[in-house]
Amino acid sequence: MDFSIKAVGDCAVKVQFLQDVTPQLNRKIKIFCNRITELNIGSAVEIVPAYNSVTIYYQPFKITYRDIYNKLKLINIDDSSCKPEKQQLIKVPVVYGGEYGPDLQGVAEYNNLSVKEVIELHQKPDYLIYMLGFLPGFPYLGGLKTKLATPRMENPRRSVSAGSVGIAYKQTGIYPVESPGGWNIIGRTPLRLVNLTNQVHPFLFEAGDLVRFYEVDEVEFLEMEEAAAAGKYNAKLEILNRKGASANDQQANRS
Amino acid sequence: MKGQTIFRVKKAGVYTTFQDLGRSGYQRFGVPVSGAMDTFALQIANILVGNQRSEACIEATLIGPELEVKCSIAVAITGANIQPQVNGKSIPMWQSIRLEPGDILHFGKLQTGVRAYISLAGGYDFPEMLGSKSTDVNSGFGRLIEKEDTICGHPACNRKKIGLSKQLIPTYDKSIDAAMIEGPHQANFTEEARNMFFSTSFTVDANSNRMGYRLKSETCGIQTSGQVWSDAIPFGGIQIPQNGQPIILMADRQTTGGYPRIGTVISNDLGKVAQLPPQGEIKFHTISVDEAQKQAAEREMFLYCLETFRKGIN
Repeated sequence: MDFSIKAVGDCAVKVQFLQDVTPQLNRKIKIFCNRITELNIGSAVEIVPAYNSVTIYYQPFKITYRDIYNKLKLINIDDSSCKPEKQQLIKVPVVYGGEYGPDLQGVAEYNNLSVKEVIELHQKPDYLIYMLGFLPGFPYLGGLKTKLATPRMENPRRSVSAGSVGIAYKQTGIYPVESPGGWNIIGRTPLRLVNLTNQVHPFLFEAGDLVRFYEVDEVEFLEMEEAAAAGKYNAKLEILNRKGASANDQQANRS
Repeated sequence: MKGQTIFRVKKAGVYTTFQDLGRSGYQRFGVPVSGAMDTFALQIANILVGNQRSEACIEATLIGPELEVKCSIAVAITGANIQPQVNGKSIPMWQSIRLEPGDILHFGKLQTGVRAYISLAGGYDFPEMLGSKSTDVNSGFGRLIEKEDTICGHPACNRKKIGLSKQLIPTYDKSIDAAMIEGPHQANFTEEARNMFFSTSFTVDANSNRMGYRLKSETCGIQTSGQVWSDAIPFGGIQIPQNGQPIILMADRQTTGGYPRIGTVISNDLGKVAQLPPQGEIKFHTISVDEAQKQAAEREMFLYCLETFRKGIN
């Protein structure tokens, strides 16, 4: 496995993978993170995966850079003992357009598509969550159809509602909390991406999960939103094994 | 269990929040660490009143709050010198102080530093979110302390008066030289850009806050080449956006960023960066990871010994 290790200040170390950013690399990074946890390296404070790197935060008075470097260097996840990871697919209901997606028309016009085509194309792929960042629970999704790529808005909105689904360049994403933002908003999900009352899974998404959008109408959206507010709506999850077959469907206890 | 009323807030100050050592463990979900900007001052404030080092304190910024005391308490004030006073009389910093109901704790003019910490013997009663009491407004964790707020706590009052020796009290300069470790994006800086960075004295822009310190220089800026993939960004990371004016990433930084970083300020020097006022000046020099970690271990040993010593005299 090809990676380099660099100090990031005196309390962190970055493992930089040299391959291209692909779903395969994302899976390797996930296995790599699990291995660091299993080995309990330097009682790592935090492990933060990104597109093609993993940053490990540690306490320099518990382990030195030299020692953590030597331990990380030995990690080999290419050998056959590394079992394929199970992967979760989270189904995300979206009401497209109208007051929930004020930029849907704009995205359609920019790409010379009909609104209906935009909605269909947006639901087509299973998006891979490469990493979380920007805001608590915000997923960086890979896999948007290039036909839907649309530049960021010239004048960002002062406030975008929580749950808003947007497009910026070749990315699509979901705002977990109300925030200023410059993405083109095409719809909204009633799901809560962050739910601090859920002690076990306060976050709906994790790096390495898949996301599949499906359209709901306004009535369904409002029902789901009400249920979600009362803590009675759970996202639909599927556990996939790595060959893509659905192992089982479940109404998981996430958010 | 709800605590007793400790303070009624008569004036809030300019940016007054609860902070502890931060919300760690959730960066992979995009949750910023947040926490005290000057962790050394926070830990000393707690040790002086016999608390756990990680307990939450009130962090006051530039202009302190005015607090009416509601019960008998012991506090300690560390960090920036904003002329703390009780009923109009100056009180010493870096030592535990007894306050009685009716006392007014208030502040004067900023002398040195930016952020002061007010610890409470026994600790404040404030809800934890994801294991931390730190306020992080941008991420939806809590809000600023406001006028007319009631601040509660679990006062432990029978505390001996204790202070930090004068020679151990940090000084906060308006012009600092911060040590940093280079990387991780060395490849995105030419030798020329690197030389310019280390020879420039930068000014802290007024538009600096708990998320980041924006630096300015007279020069045309530090040029970067190529793009970087977003990665995790640490406290003290020095990122160079396209305009070439560096930003030092501070406590409320986002978890990941996509600008090239020329280096990271060492953990021991973050306190003096956090206490650097607007228009303050900063230069950088590099040190080795070994040396930085030696310093970090010495500081940890110092805090550990002080904490142990303090526990022994209660």
